[in-house]
This record gives sequence, C-alpha cells and structure tokens, in this order.
Amino acid sequence: MQQTNILEYFDETIKKYPDKTAFANEDFEMTFSEVYKQSRGIGTFLFNNGYTHEPVVIFMEKHPKMITAFFGTVYGGCYYVPIDAEMPETRIELIFKKLTPRVIICDDTTYEQAQSFSFEGKIYKYDDIADTEPDDNILSDIRLKALDTDPIYIVFTSGSTGMPKGVVACHRSVIDYIENLSDVLKFNSETVFANQTPLYFDACLKELYPTLKFGATTYLVPKSYFMFPVKLVEFLNEKKINTVCWVVSALTMISAFNTFKTVTPKYLHTIAFGSEVFPIKQFRKWKEVLPEARFINLYGPTECTGMCCYYEVNREFELDEHIPVGGPFKNTEILLLKDDNTLAGEGEEGEICVRGTSLTLGYYRDFEKTNEVFVQNPLNDRYPELIYRTGDIGKLNSRGELMFVSRKDYQIKHMGHRIELGEIEFNVNMLDGITSCGAIYDKKKEKIVLYYAGDIESPELVSMLKDKLPRYMIPNKVIKLDNMPLTPNGKLDRKKLQAEYENNKSK
Amino acid sequence: MEELLEILRDLHPEVDYDTCDTLIDDKILDSFDIVSIISEISEQYDVTIPAEDIIPENFNSAQALYELIERLSDED
Repeated sequence: MQQTNILEYFDETIKKYPDKTAFANEDFEMTFSEVYKQSRGIGTFLFNNGYTHEPVVIFMEKHPKMITAFFGTVYGGCYYVPIDAEMPETRIELIFKKLTPRVIICDDTTYEQAQSFSFEGKIYKYDDIADTEPDDNILSDIRLKALDTDPIYIVFTSGSTGMPKGVVACHRSVIDYIENLSDVLKFNSETVFANQTPLYFDACLKELYPTLKFGATTYLVPKSYFMFPVKLVEFLNEKKINTVCWVVSALTMISAFNTFKTVTPKYLHTIAFGSEVFPIKQFRKWKEVLPEARFINLYGPTECTGMCCYYEVNREFELDEHIPVGGPFKNTEILLLKDDNTLAGEGEEGEICVRGTSLTLGYYRDFEKTNEVFVQNPLNDRYPELIYRTGDIGKLNSRGELMFVSRKDYQIKHMGHRIELGEIEFNVNMLDGITSCGAIYDKKKEKIVLYYAGDIESPELVSMLKDKLPRYMIPNKVIKLDNMPLTPNGKLDRKKLQAEYENNKSK
Repeated sequence: MEELLEILRDLHPEVDYDTCDTLIDDKILDSFDIVSIISEISEQYDVTIPAEDIIPENFNSAQALYELIERLSDED
C-alpha cells in the first residue's frame, strides 16, 4: 500500500533496529526504541489532554529529546512548531500572535522563559509527559483518521513586512521529499549524519526523517564547534560521520583556515551543501582532501518542503564559475517564467517556479501572502494547478543545467539564512530615535550593512536591535548618516546607498 | 591594539573590550564573527592564524587575541 504517513518509516525501523542509536549529541544518546516509546507517550498525552489537529510549540534546547517531541506531536495528530531559545522575545511574540497555540512543550533550560510569554495555554515539561504509557488503541485510531494532506510542522521564515511567515508542510510533501532526497544522496542504514542546521528550520528534515526511514544515526553537532574547525573535524572523526548536509559557510569555515593541514575527515563520503554559492577555491580544497567523496549541490525554498533541485559535481570548475543548481528531483518540475509568463529559452533569464507534490500547503493564517506566491500555473488554462513562485531568477546554461542568477526582490542569503532586508529595516524603524534607515548587502564580504539617520549612536542601535531580531539578522556594519538618500519619488534610494558603500570601501 | 579593537567594535559596538574576557563563553562572538575577525586580522596585521590556534582561549578577550597576533608576528 502507498505510504501516507511519515510515521510509517518508524514502523519498519523499530522492528529492525530497536537498540541502535537514533539521535545523539556530544554526551547523550537515544536508541530507536527510546525515541519510539517516548514519542508515542507524548502523542498519547496530547490526545488525552484534548489536543488534536492544532499547533504544538516545541520550545527546547537543541537535543535528541526535541526531535522526539516533534515525532510525539505527529503521533498525537497535531503539528509541531519549533521555537529556539535564542530567538528574541519580540519575534516569539509575533509568532505566538499568528499561531494562538494552546500548548507548549519545553525542557528545564527553557521552562522559566516559557512562563514569561504572554500566552494563555498550558506549558508542559518534556520529561514530565514523555513517560506517559503509550496507548495503542488511541494511537492507531489517530493514524487511521490521518490524511496525507494533514500538516506535520510549521517553520517560520523572514517576512519583508516584519512579520515572520509560517510555512505549513504536510505528510505528502515531506514523504515525496525524503524519498527523492534519499535516492539522490543514497542514504542507507550505515549512514551517520552530523547535523549542523538549527532544528527550527526545514533544513533538518534531511537528517531527521532519513534516520527514521533507514535506521541511520544522527549526531547533533554543538553550535560552538562551528567556530573551532579543528575541534569540529575531530568530532566528525570520533563519531565516524560519513554524511553531512550543511550550509556552505560551515564547510568553507573548515577549508579556509587550512584545517586540513592539521586534521582531515576520515569517514566522510557524501557532502551535500546548499543555500549559498560555494567558492570554487574552497571547493577545490575539499575535493583535494576527499577525492573519492560525492559532492552534491542542493537548491530549494522552504515553501517547497526543503530542497527540490540537485547537482552532483562531476566536472572541473574554473575559479570564476558557479556550481549549477542542476535539475529537479523526480516528481518535481521547474518552470522558468519570464515577466510575460512564458517560458524562458536557453540562456534567457526567468523566475524559478516549482510544480509538483513538493509544494507545501502555504503560509499559516495568511491567505493573502499565500495567494501571492502559490499561484495557478499560467501555462495551464484547463484545470486548477498550483505552482510556487520562488522569486529567484535563474537561467539554463548551454548544458541544460539550471543556474541561479539573482533575487527579484530584497531577499538575501546570509550565512545560509534567508533574510528579507525589509524585515531588518522594519525593526530598525520601530526603534526610538530613528528617523529612517536602509539595509544593503555586501555579497563579496558577506556583510549586512545598515545605514540610518536619527539621534542615537550605533552601539545603542545594535543593542536595542538584538532584542528584536535573531542573531543572524543583526547588521554587521552600522553607519550613521545625516540624511538618507531618496529617489525623486521620496522612497529610499538603495542604489545610492550601495554606491556610497562601494565608494567608501574603495577609499 | 587599536586596530584590533576597531575590528572588534565594528562587529559588536556595544561590548566593552577592555574588560570583557568571556567573548566565547558568553556566546558574544559567533562563527560568523570568528571568520570575519580572522580575515580582517590577516589583512590588517599580515598574519595568518593557523587552524590549531583557532581555539576558544585565544578568542575570549581582545587581550588574548592581541597576544596571539604578537606571537604569530614574532614567529614570521
């Protein structure tokens, strides 16, 4: 029978590998049977307390138990919404306003903070509910009634108006993604992952569900290791990591500091990367130290469940070349649409649009924003069919491979994070003492640069901003101006700001 | 030392680098900062910090970082 529920992966694996380590960090491990028992306990608890088909906020430190809480939420017929302890309070408040959740699962490290939220519902500690005795009857009944179009998670991404957008994904698109990703990357029961990305983004799907599907193992790498490359590579070797799906900056951090002169990864054979351009100079260093390994570039928006295109590096690249986005996974089509909604020809630029099961359900409680980007396929006037407009501009090269060109708007990719410059500006403009501001991005140096006019100084501005925005959205350079440059229409002139910035840099 | 402080202040203007010796322990610097600091030091002081010196102890304070730069410059 065709798979309709993401938890079916677990049904098989629990029989084959009950005592194998499923998820671990530096000093804590959970076997599949522990994850199985505790997640089913949480599912039973949620149902018995009247929670069903609704968001469950998971507010925990990055830990194998946090992952178990995700699965527990799905067992209970609800959908999980991961929130990070390092998210600033204002952002969490905005997310809560959108969700109006009735329940939070937290742990000892987050319990106190959770109580400070303006929130009406119940707060439970993981350890208090995870030892609930799983009730087989309840859990099979929930499973029987579940549809593959029911949501399993919501993750929040940057929104240009200052309001984060909650992308809702269902069983069907996640199964489609995991099946195709696993085929391309060739995961199996021997796969040992080192997870780098935060658990509050879709990026961690790459490790979480293949681990369930194959009975593989995932190690969560402590965030601080990504500052200290020797320690990081030693960790990879100690845990015999053979597969990583990381953002490019995590990989280049290792190679750029010549870490390989001191220590090299011994077991790595599959390196998937994405979200940013991989500078060829750094890529070559990796290829040199791991000549037998497979290197695969992944591309895809959160709105299409994760990744939807891939390119396996199989030829040499010049220093000024870019590694292609490649082509779509099976069961996905990419349409390159020009401004007039016709298909771009070879070498012509167009917006990258995605068609297929990989599309998520859209943005939570935001039909307007959803309808702007999840739209009727303009090439189909015969029946309803949605495509997702990514806002990324691409073109096909002479080999027929898809290449990323640029963004249509002010969205940027910074250290693997997707950021709307508008959201930064929105939050700066709300600060006392700010008259106006404009943010630009220095792609080469990978710096967010903020210009502002007002009567506060930059240290003050930065420390106030840290209460409002996640760390990765804080500008790296903040410059005060007497007046902001404006266009003849009175709008902020970003081109002039960019020019001013380039001008000062070259001085 | 002044050039180093300028590099650091550019990243986190609100930190008092004369007294702070927990830049790593208190998670003030993140991996992005480390990458920027190392590349700016190499431009400014013409020293390359080798991977084995990229350890928490050398980045916890401006003073420790400065001593590292001096040591590396002497070795050249």
